[in-house]
Amino acid sequence: MKIRLLAGLVALGLAATGCGGATVDGTAGSSAPTGGAGASAGPSGTVKIAINPWVGYEASANVVAYLLENELGHDVELPEIKEQLAWEGFETGDVDVIIENWGHPDLKKQFIEEKKVAVEAGSTGNKGVIGWYIPKWMADEYPGITDYRNLNKYAELFRTSESGDQGQLLFGDPSYVSNEDALIRNLKLDYKVVVGGSEAALIKSAQQAQEQRRPLLFYFWDPHWLFSETELVRVNLPPYTEGCDADPKKVACDYPEMDLDKIVSKRFADTGGKAYELVKNFSWTNEHQNAVADDMTNGGMTGEEAAKKWVEANPSVWQAWIPK
Amino acid sequence: MSSTAVSAASGLRLPRWAAPAGVAVVLAAAYVVFRGTATLPHDDEAPQFLAVTELREWIDDHRNDNPLFLYFLNYIRLFVGALHTLFQSVLHALGWPGITGVMGALAWLAGGWRVALVAVAGVSAFGVLGLWESSVDTLALVGVAVLLSLAIGVPVGVWAGLSARARRAVTPVLDVMQIMPTFAYLAPLALFFHIGAPAGAIATMIYAIPPAIRITALAVSEVSPTAVEASASLGATRRQTLVKVYLPLARSTMALAVNQTIMMALSMVVIASLISAPGLGGDIIRGLSRAQVGIMLPAGVAIVVMAVVLDRMTMALVDRDPHTRLRRLDLLAAGVPAAAGVALIPLLPRVWPESLTINVVAEVNQAVAWAETNWYAVTTFAKDATTYALLNPLESLLTSAPWWLVALAVLTVAWRVSGPRRALTALACLLGIALLGVWEHTMQTMTTVAVAVLLTLTIGLVLGVAAARSPRFSAVQRPLLDAAQTMPAFVYLLPALALFGTTRFTAIFASVVYAVPPVVRLVEDGIRTVPAPVVEAAVSTGSTPGQLLWKVQLPMARPAILLAANQGIVMTLAMVVIGGLVGAGALGYDVVSGFSQRTDFGMGFVAGVATVLLGIMLDRITQGADRRPSPRKRKVT
Repeated sequence: MKIRLLAGLVALGLAATGCGGATVDGTAGSSAPTGGAGASAGPSGTVKIAINPWVGYEASANVVAYLLENELGHDVELPEIKEQLAWEGFETGDVDVIIENWGHPDLKKQFIEEKKVAVEAGSTGNKGVIGWYIPKWMADEYPGITDYRNLNKYAELFRTSESGDQGQLLFGDPSYVSNEDALIRNLKLDYKVVVGGSEAALIKSAQQAQEQRRPLLFYFWDPHWLFSETELVRVNLPPYTEGCDADPKKVACDYPEMDLDKIVSKRFADTGGKAYELVKNFSWTNEHQNAVADDMTNGGMTGEEAAKKWVEANPSVWQAWIPK
Repeated sequence: MSSTAVSAASGLRLPRWAAPAGVAVVLAAAYVVFRGTATLPHDDEAPQFLAVTELREWIDDHRNDNPLFLYFLNYIRLFVGALHTLFQSVLHALGWPGITGVMGALAWLAGGWRVALVAVAGVSAFGVLGLWESSVDTLALVGVAVLLSLAIGVPVGVWAGLSARARRAVTPVLDVMQIMPTFAYLAPLALFFHIGAPAGAIATMIYAIPPAIRITALAVSEVSPTAVEASASLGATRRQTLVKVYLPLARSTMALAVNQTIMMALSMVVIASLISAPGLGGDIIRGLSRAQVGIMLPAGVAIVVMAVVLDRMTMALVDRDPHTRLRRLDLLAAGVPAAAGVALIPLLPRVWPESLTINVVAEVNQAVAWAETNWYAVTTFAKDATTYALLNPLESLLTSAPWWLVALAVLTVAWRVSGPRRALTALACLLGIALLGVWEHTMQTMTTVAVAVLLTLTIGLVLGVAAARSPRFSAVQRPLLDAAQTMPAFVYLLPALALFGTTRFTAIFASVVYAVPPVVRLVEDGIRTVPAPVVEAAVSTGSTPGQLLWKVQLPMARPAILLAANQGIVMTLAMVVIGGLVGAGALGYDVVSGFSQRTDFGMGFVAGVATVLLGIMLDRITQGADRRPSPRKRKVT
């Protein structure tokens, strides 16, 4: 019964699209519906900017969304999608823009070169660095702790109920760019990665660690507003050299400084018109992003309010982005 | 239990506890001797994982040229997507005046003016909470998923109801669909159906179809054979019998099937949004990644409100006398709000006016922050005590024991509790887990589940007994239990996270909140149904209330309590896997990692399968005790 029903559905579908077979983006079947709720971003259509789970990203996304809505009259959707899944959204039409991409050479190869569903849309102007951090009081108290070679000596300090008899390295959202397991294995560190699950878990732990002088070793990244509030010190891993992170399983070096960039779907680049131009022109500094992110996290503002505040205060910056 | 009784009676005259104690001593001795050998440690790059990851890459590369995708899967996706777009555009076109009016009218037709009031108030609540658009998106998604679930579930259910062979074929499939933690099938589903609303609707359907099939089958098989024979003897064809006899007579139970399908679909809202389905789930995920209960709570409340409205509407259908026809007055009365709503569409804004919303984000966040700072000492104590006294010792016991010893222990326990057939199934599941290469993580997850179940049963027993003895306590507790059951499980994660940090205990706490309500209900029910003459006899022979409880009521409620244990285990397992998001690690985290990092897909998929095997194993170990074939009626309100 089930099979007959499905067969019926397929037959219907085939009839509707003239036996062409259907690809996921719905372009092969001539009459395949692509979603009236705004899959295609025509002039004044809906622009979908994926929201990855960290506040700096959200700050950029909200400022761009604010300008798209108020300067160009577009509708903007901000769906919560994690980094790697968002790239799949280019293929399905669920995502038009990733506003802050951290590297991901493998995804670029697959989605830009092979599948040709996405294109690069230039730098955001932000420089991004991922690293391991400790609160400043630890660096003052324990000599040499910022050198990875001494981490094993201090592993005992970082033990928690979750890491057992190893030191704990606190990690963030499971979807973040991560070499942690490989680093621990390849540098022979006596540590265990404990997943906090979110950026918020990292921030809270870092603040408590500095205020209550509790030991903490954690994964974090710059640009981030937290650096202006809480003193953190980076642990020096073996320095990055070109290509040392080529094989993800053999990484034994620090993260590179990344030029964060924007990725958009091919469809949006082709049909997005001025909206695409604005996304392409968008470029600001780490200070700008931190200001908006700080308002969102600590100023009690929604993304939209924080974006509005920044836009009103910095017209000279964003007016350069608006296409003529 | 019967085997011990027999052996005790046959000559040796050992006390009843001798056999189990002897087995325990042997197992403990074996543990001491063989500790640390054959432990099957975890390896992130096990060949099993890599093979699955490679398969995934291959599938992904051939998505647009493989005939299975081109002519089958992609069409399903397009069809579901088109249907969703249709629902969504109609609902958005109605705007809030239209939806309020139409829902009110439907509710009136279903159950009169009271239900209509509930519906109108509920729909307005979405607006007041400031979640109008997300709520409409959720309504569209649930609508599509329920419609398709019923379109597939009802025919299959009728078939299973009419033919015993069909029922036997369908039941194990339904078992797996229900026991599999919803989390575990997201990654494979995203592989076949991509992300977005259609994939979300399909994920929801997988979870919502089983009750549609089960309850329909039950409804059809309960139709009185006399009526069927009468109809056949009057010369009705099979089709006529089905349409004119079976379906009308099964109508009220089938309304229950609709009701349960809707409830199941609503409980998937959050999970579906992990693969980018639109709706209220997105707000909950946002709250989780910002660690703000203030964002999550209104969305959770909106889901509960939606559940209550749809529940009242469909339950009104269940309860209605099948012989009354709709009166013209009702039709007229229902027509008024519908017409008014539709007429107001052009006059009022489509989106709920912002001035009429209340924003509680800041207040809720403050309250949580207060609790966090002030309860810190207590919560840390609870967490550390549980972790160091129960969790860590048990985990090191299970992970350092040789795998064959654990298997032997499982076999023995399952044999004793549930008999040889189920014991062998449990053993097979465990060996499957070992072959999959996730032994160590499974043992860790099993530890967390065991501790959570222990806490759930303790709390559930206490509350259940209290409720059975005091009707007033029961009345106070009931609405709380209802809310705890309908609230999406994710909402519990955040306060737990705030109070206990990113630890295994957070997952344990959330799963206790999630699993306690059904346990309380079953225990309360079990004690209440102890026959009154038995209780009276005990009281008249001078039992104190304590003796009455321990010697009479609890032993007689044993089947209900064992059923509660069984349900608690399955629910806890589902929640512990979700706990992988917030530090519970092990299998849950493997699954999470599998759908957020492509290179870990294989591990995540395998961990998902292992979770199912673990679920079946735990179910089989405990299932025999209560003699019910498939006791999983989650979220029955």
